[in-house]
Amino acid sequence: MNARRLRRRLVNGTMTALVGALSFVAVLALVLILGHLVAKGASSLDWNFFTKNPVPTGETGGGVAHAIVGSGIIVGLAALIGLPIGIGTGLYLAEYGSGRLGWVVRFVADVLNGTPSIVVGIFVWTWLVRPMGHFSAFAGSVALAILMVPMIARTTEELVRLVPHSLREAALALGYPRWRTSLRIVARTALAGILTGCLVAVARIAGETAPLLFTALGNVNFNTHIGEPMEALSLQIFQYATGPFDEWHRLAWASALVLMGLVLVLAILARWVLRSRHGAAR
Amino acid sequence: MTTTLSDGRTVGQPPNERFPVRLPDRPTPVLDVRGYSFWYGLTQALFDVRVAIPRRAVTALIGPSGCGKSTFLRSVNRLNELIPHTRHSGDILLEGVSVFSKGTDPVALRREVGMVFQQPNPFPKTIFDNVAYGPRLNGLAPKRDIPERVEHALRQAALWDEVKDRLQTPGTGLSGGQQQRLCIARALANEPEVLLMDEPCSALDPGATQRIEELLVELKRSYSIVIVTHNMQQASRASDFTGFFYLGRLMEFGPTKQLFTRPADERTEAYITGRFG
Repeated sequence: MNARRLRRRLVNGTMTALVGALSFVAVLALVLILGHLVAKGASSLDWNFFTKNPVPTGETGGGVAHAIVGSGIIVGLAALIGLPIGIGTGLYLAEYGSGRLGWVVRFVADVLNGTPSIVVGIFVWTWLVRPMGHFSAFAGSVALAILMVPMIARTTEELVRLVPHSLREAALALGYPRWRTSLRIVARTALAGILTGCLVAVARIAGETAPLLFTALGNVNFNTHIGEPMEALSLQIFQYATGPFDEWHRLAWASALVLMGLVLVLAILARWVLRSRHGAAR
Repeated sequence: MTTTLSDGRTVGQPPNERFPVRLPDRPTPVLDVRGYSFWYGLTQALFDVRVAIPRRAVTALIGPSGCGKSTFLRSVNRLNELIPHTRHSGDILLEGVSVFSKGTDPVALRREVGMVFQQPNPFPKTIFDNVAYGPRLNGLAPKRDIPERVEHALRQAALWDEVKDRLQTPGTGLSGGQQQRLCIARALANEPEVLLMDEPCSALDPGATQRIEELLVELKRSYSIVIVTHNMQQASRASDFTGFFYLGRLMEFGPTKQLFTRPADERTEAYITGRFG
């Protein structure tokens, strides 16, 4: 009896230590990346970095303002295109997607979710950049939006499904048409979760580089016109990190730190939205 | 298309939105169920139910689990239709008009037939908004009259005094019993003809249950109430008429006193005396 108890405790202890160690490895990666970025990039972060455009090679003191603004515009426009489509698709899947069409949409979304982002980039290049005749920020946004839609659709679907059936019935029994029940009761109830999903999706695409290579292309000048090529932080990092100059490497590290910080802020925001909304509902 | 009422008068098909046929208080039934059967896929859940539910009274439906009480209740406001692969035969008349007729919009119907569910299910909104949702949506009252209407509904549900100082707090923050009364207020704010209650007290403690039962006595002055209950005492205490469902059939229907003291059917007797169920 005692031996058995000892064995159980031993197994229990070993397993706990094992999963603990594995999660430590997972966290370690993030800590290492962040630490490395801070060590390499933090020293380059100054006012100029955020407000100045690049200076000609050989000079020092330039910034990446054009890339920061460019990332904001491209990602913002992508969100503008992708969020309504994604949320709408998710709502459809959860509320009406029990039939064959729903199955097809779900399957396509899952495949699209797993599609390498560079393929999406090539796709947009073929169908948007080539007909238009030139690279543009708009094309970049479309590519990022295509990446967002399946992510958001599936998250929205799952969260809407979590809304208790009794709430739906309560609204229907009051004389709500079905679409109004979906929008006003079900979607509102799941809103915090949907919002979180959207923020996570935005954070995901903010760092995408491959689809932008064929679409937004990059730009050494400050540009806010979405019909023209535009720089983005991720493109900037790619270009500077693979370039031959120390100054470029320095700026690449700093850009990476800014991008990482942006994603981190979005993730924290997502957490906060989820918690404060849920807290208020209880 | 016209419909003949049981007192011989005929009424035309009402317009989609409301049921304007409001008869004076007379002993016509508010609900007239004629040979109603219902199927979930291939499984038949209700068999040829025939019953006239009296106006301005509390009608209790009792019977063992799975006997079709809830299915029957959810047929009246056509909530069952939302479940795929269901079908029915026979007819249910509300105020002499078939709820299944082509001119009846289920959405409009559900505004006339309020429902209270087993689990309190307030919306994750403020107390005020919970009650105001129905009237706002259905355009029953101009905007400035909504607060008055909310107060009236909350008073009818005997909840006003407990929540009047915190109408803007979430409805989900109330106790279980209060939440259920909030749901009743929400249903009453639509001023329905009929109030359907599907085991409204099964999630409540005895005190809250008693409050709801007292409420039923108040409400039956203005509403016709059909309540499904598993609690035999509740049926005998709070209802005027009782129907006993068994295996999808309405075995017996009559005044509560009579059904509980001199049941005509031996299965009714066996059930109410606790020999099965």
